[in-house]
Amino acid sequence: MKVGVVIFPGSNCDQDAIYAFNNQFGCETVSLWHKDEDLQACDLIFLPGGFSYGDYLRSGAIAKLSPIMQHVIAFAAKGGLVMGVCNGFQILCESNLLPGALLHNDHQKFNCKNVWIKPQTLHTHLTSELDLNTAYKIPIAHGEGRYYCNEETLALLKQNDQILFRYCSENGHIDASSNPNGSLENIAGICNQTRNVFGMMPHPERAVDAELFNTDGRLLFEGLLSALLK
Amino acid sequence: MSQVQPVGNLASLEQAQQLGLRPEEFEKIKEILGRVPTFTELSIYSVMWSEHCSYKNSIIWLKTLPKEGEKMLAKAGEENAGLIDIGDGLACCFKIESHNHPSAIEPYQGAATGVGGINRDIFSMGARPIAQLNSLRFGNIHNERTKWLVRGVVKGIGNYGNAFGIPTVGGEVYFDDCYQINPLVNAMSVGIAKVGHTVSAIADGPGNPVYIFGSATGKDGIHGAAFASKDITEDSAKDLPSVQVGDPFWEKLILEASMELLETDAVVGMQDMGAAGITCSTSEMAAKSKTGMKIWLDKVPMRQADMKDWEILLSESQERMLVIVKKGQEKTVEKIFEKWDLTYAIIGEVTDSEHVQYYMNNELRADIPAESLVLGGGAPVYERAYTEPKYFKDIQAFQIDNIADCSMDEAKQIAKWILAQPNIASKKWVYNQYDSMVGTINQTTNKASDAAVVKVKGTDKSIAMTVDCNSRFVYADPFKGSMMAVAEAARNLVCTGAEPAAITNCLNFGNPYNPEVYYQFVYAIKGMGEACRKFDTPVTGGNVSFYNQSSDDNAVFPTPTIGMVGLIPSGGKQMTLDFKKEGDLIYVLGEQHNDINSSQYLVHYKNVKQSPAPYFDLDQEYKIQQALLAAISHQLVESAHDTSEGGLFVALFESAKPNQLGFHIQQNNALRKDAYLFGETQSRIVVSVTPLKKQAFENLLSQHAITFDCIGHVSNGSIEINAEQFGHTTDYMNLYENSLGNLLES
Repeated sequence: MKVGVVIFPGSNCDQDAIYAFNNQFGCETVSLWHKDEDLQACDLIFLPGGFSYGDYLRSGAIAKLSPIMQHVIAFAAKGGLVMGVCNGFQILCESNLLPGALLHNDHQKFNCKNVWIKPQTLHTHLTSELDLNTAYKIPIAHGEGRYYCNEETLALLKQNDQILFRYCSENGHIDASSNPNGSLENIAGICNQTRNVFGMMPHPERAVDAELFNTDGRLLFEGLLSALLK
Repeated sequence: MSQVQPVGNLASLEQAQQLGLRPEEFEKIKEILGRVPTFTELSIYSVMWSEHCSYKNSIIWLKTLPKEGEKMLAKAGEENAGLIDIGDGLACCFKIESHNHPSAIEPYQGAATGVGGINRDIFSMGARPIAQLNSLRFGNIHNERTKWLVRGVVKGIGNYGNAFGIPTVGGEVYFDDCYQINPLVNAMSVGIAKVGHTVSAIADGPGNPVYIFGSATGKDGIHGAAFASKDITEDSAKDLPSVQVGDPFWEKLILEASMELLETDAVVGMQDMGAAGITCSTSEMAAKSKTGMKIWLDKVPMRQADMKDWEILLSESQERMLVIVKKGQEKTVEKIFEKWDLTYAIIGEVTDSEHVQYYMNNELRADIPAESLVLGGGAPVYERAYTEPKYFKDIQAFQIDNIADCSMDEAKQIAKWILAQPNIASKKWVYNQYDSMVGTINQTTNKASDAAVVKVKGTDKSIAMTVDCNSRFVYADPFKGSMMAVAEAARNLVCTGAEPAAITNCLNFGNPYNPEVYYQFVYAIKGMGEACRKFDTPVTGGNVSFYNQSSDDNAVFPTPTIGMVGLIPSGGKQMTLDFKKEGDLIYVLGEQHNDINSSQYLVHYKNVKQSPAPYFDLDQEYKIQQALLAAISHQLVESAHDTSEGGLFVALFESAKPNQLGFHIQQNNALRKDAYLFGETQSRIVVSVTPLKKQAFENLLSQHAITFDCIGHVSNGSIEINAEQFGHTTDYMNLYENSLGNLLES
C-alpha cells in the first residue's frame, strides 16, 4: 500500500498529511510534485490543504491545470482512490472530479477552529468505520469553504448517497448555528458517484495525533486504509 | 581604494535634511568619503543611518542587557535572530519585530508584510519557522477608525500567515486611547534549525557570485526605513509608497527554496531583504566579512522599466533574498531556483575592496566603505538626554482611600462588566482568523495553557512561547513595569510547566529626542535587564521602534513587548489552565495586597487613569515560579493560571470556563473587596489541587517559603464568593466569548 501526497507550489498541509500517513499509520508515503507526469504506482492519492499557486484567481482553479492533475483525473476515472482536504477539496471540485463548488464563507472571514461533523453515510471507505450517531471533532481552517451546488446536483447527491458529512453541534444537532461557513445544508464533505473520490473541508489529518489531544480523525483514515488492504 | 568619482549629481545639505539626516551626520559622511557624496550615496547613508537600521539612539542602552547564557548559540545582534540550544542537536531560532508605521496608514499590507519580514529573518538563518505570535495594540475600540485598523491588521496577519502555512499560536490584543493614532503591530516567529546547519549573513570569498532570488524589485517601500524613523502626522498618508505589498505565495516558495539551498554545500551566506533592501543586505554582509561587493543594479530583476539606481537600492519590495554562492556551484543553486519557478539573477560578486560599489549600465554610481554604513561600524551612536516625566507627579498623587470600595452587590455587576471588557474578553474573533493548527504541532488547541505549547516533531520535547507586556504598568513605572513584562512572560511559561529559556524584545516608544520619552526607554531597559538576569533569560535580539507618536503630547505608552520561549523537557508534561474536577481545592500562590493600582477596574470602571503600577517584588516572583515548577514536576497540581488583567475573579472564571465548572471561594483577609477580586497585584497564580494531595502540596510550598492561601474549591458550575451567589459560569459565557466580536462587527 502506497500513498502519494501531491505538492503544489503553495500547498502547506502536505507535510502534515505525510506525517499522518507515515508516522501515525505507518504507510509508505511519497510526495508527488505538481510537474510530475507519473503517480509512482500509488494506491491512494491525497490532495492536501494550502493555497495552490497562491489561489489568487479562484481556489484550485490553476491547480486543476497542472501536469500531475491530468494523471490524478485519469487515475480516478479508473477507480483509483483520491482524497482531497480543504484546498484539495476545492481542487477536486474545480477538476470536476466532484460536483459543486466552494464559495467564500458567508461571513467573509477566514475561520480556524474545531468543529463537529456527523457522517451521513457509512457506505464509503472513508466513513465505513464511523458511527452515524456520533459527532466527530475535526478542525477547519479556510476562507472559502461554503459548499454550493444547484438543486439538481443536490438531489443527485442525496439520491446517490454522496453526502459524507454535515456540520453539527457538539451534541450532534445539525442546525444553522453549527454551520461555520454557510454551506448548503451544512454539507462538509462529499464523494463522487462511483465512491472513490472524497472531498471535505475539515482537516482529519489534524486530528490523528494523541500528543495533540484529539484523535477523532483516525477512524476516517483507518477506514480508507483498510480498503486498500482488501 | 577606488579613486574613481562615482557618476551622479552631488548631494546638498538640504537634500540630506530632507532625507532625515542631521547636519553633523552630513559632515561625517563627507569626512568618511573624503568628498561630497552623490545623491545616490546620500540616499544609501540616509537609510542605513536611519534609526530603524542603525539603532543610533538605542544601542548604548541595548548593550547593557544580558546576552550570555549556556544555551545561547548566537549572541544578540550577531545574527538575524536569536538562536538557543534545545538539545537533540536542535536549535530554536526566534525573534520579534514591529511593523507599526506601515500598519498605521495601510493596516492590511502593513501587518501582512510584518509577518513576512519576521519569518524571513528566521528562515534566512536556515531555521524552518514552526510557529508565529503577535502583539497588537489599538486605540479606543468604539472609534470607527480603530475598528477599520483592527479588521485590516487581523486580516493582513491572517491572510499572510495562513497562506505561508505556519500556525499562529499565541498573542495579545490591547485597546487604549494612547494607541489611537499609532497602533502597534509586533510579530514574532519561532523556528527550528539543526545545530551547526545554520547560515550566517556573511559574504566571504572574493570572486563568489551574489544572487538575488524571489520577487522582482519594484518601487514599493522606498524610504520605508526612513518613514519608520519619524513621527506619524497628517501627512503620513502621503508616504503610502513607503508601505510595501506582501505576497505570501512567493514567501512560501522562497522558504522552500532556501531550505533546499541549505541542504547543498553551495551557500556561503544568506540574508533576506528587509528594511533598506539591497543596500542593507549587501553592506551588512560585506561589513561582517570585511570584504566588499560589486553590484550591477541593472541586473536586478525589476517590476518596472524606469527605475533609478537609488530606487533599486532602496526598494523594500518584499519576498527577496540575497545569497552568496561558492564560485563553481552556480548550477546547483540555479536548479533549485528553477524547480520553484523563482525569479533570480547574479547581480554582483564579492570583492576584497571592503567597499560596496554599485554600478548601473557600467557606470559606478556609489562607492562606500561597507563598514561605515553599519551598526557597530561607522553608523552614528548617540547618548540622548533624559528627564523624569512630569506626569509622574499625578501618578504619585493617587490615593486608594479616595476611591470607594465596592459592595458585594456592586461586585456582581462589576463581574459581568469586567468579563465583557475588550482587554479581558475572549480574543477569539481575532485568533479564529488565524490558522493555529497547520503544522500539526499545536498542543494548546485542545488543552488551553497560559502560553502556547508546540511539540518539536521527532523529539519528546515541547516549546512554550508567549508575548507579554502590560504597557499601562510600564507607563506608570518604566523600571518596574518592564520587569513585570518579563516576569509575566516567565510566569505564563512556568504555568505550562516550561522552564523559561530566553527572550526577544520589541521596544515600542515615542520620539527618542523627547527627554521624557527617553527616560521611559532608559528605565524600561534597566528593568528588563534586571528581570532577565533574575530569570536567567538572556536577550537574544529584537527590534526598536521609536517615533510612535504624532506629537510630544501623545506618545504611546512605553511598550517593551517581551517574546519569551521556554522548554518543557523530555518526560515533562504540559500543565493546563482549566479546573478539572468539582471538589478540587483552589489556591492563590503569592501575596495579596490592598492594591487596585493601574487595574482595568480602576482605569475603566472608576475612570482613574493615573495611578502607580501594582505591587511587584522580583525576588518573590522568582520564588513563586520556582515553587510552581517544582509542584508541577511532582504532579501535585491539576491546573495553573496566572492572574493578570481583571485580577482574581477573571483568572478564576477563565479556569472554570473550559469544563463549565464553577468556584466557591471565601476571602480570608481584610482587603478591600475590589482589591481582592479585581486588583492586579503581580506574582499571583491560581492553582487547583486534588484534596488527596493537599498536604504534600502545602509542604512543598512551605519548603519554598512562599505565601499561599487556600481560598475555596471547584464547584459543579455555580459561582459563590463569601457565601454570596454570583450565578453560574454559563451565565457569563456569552459576555466573555462574544463581547469583542460584537463591538468589532458593529
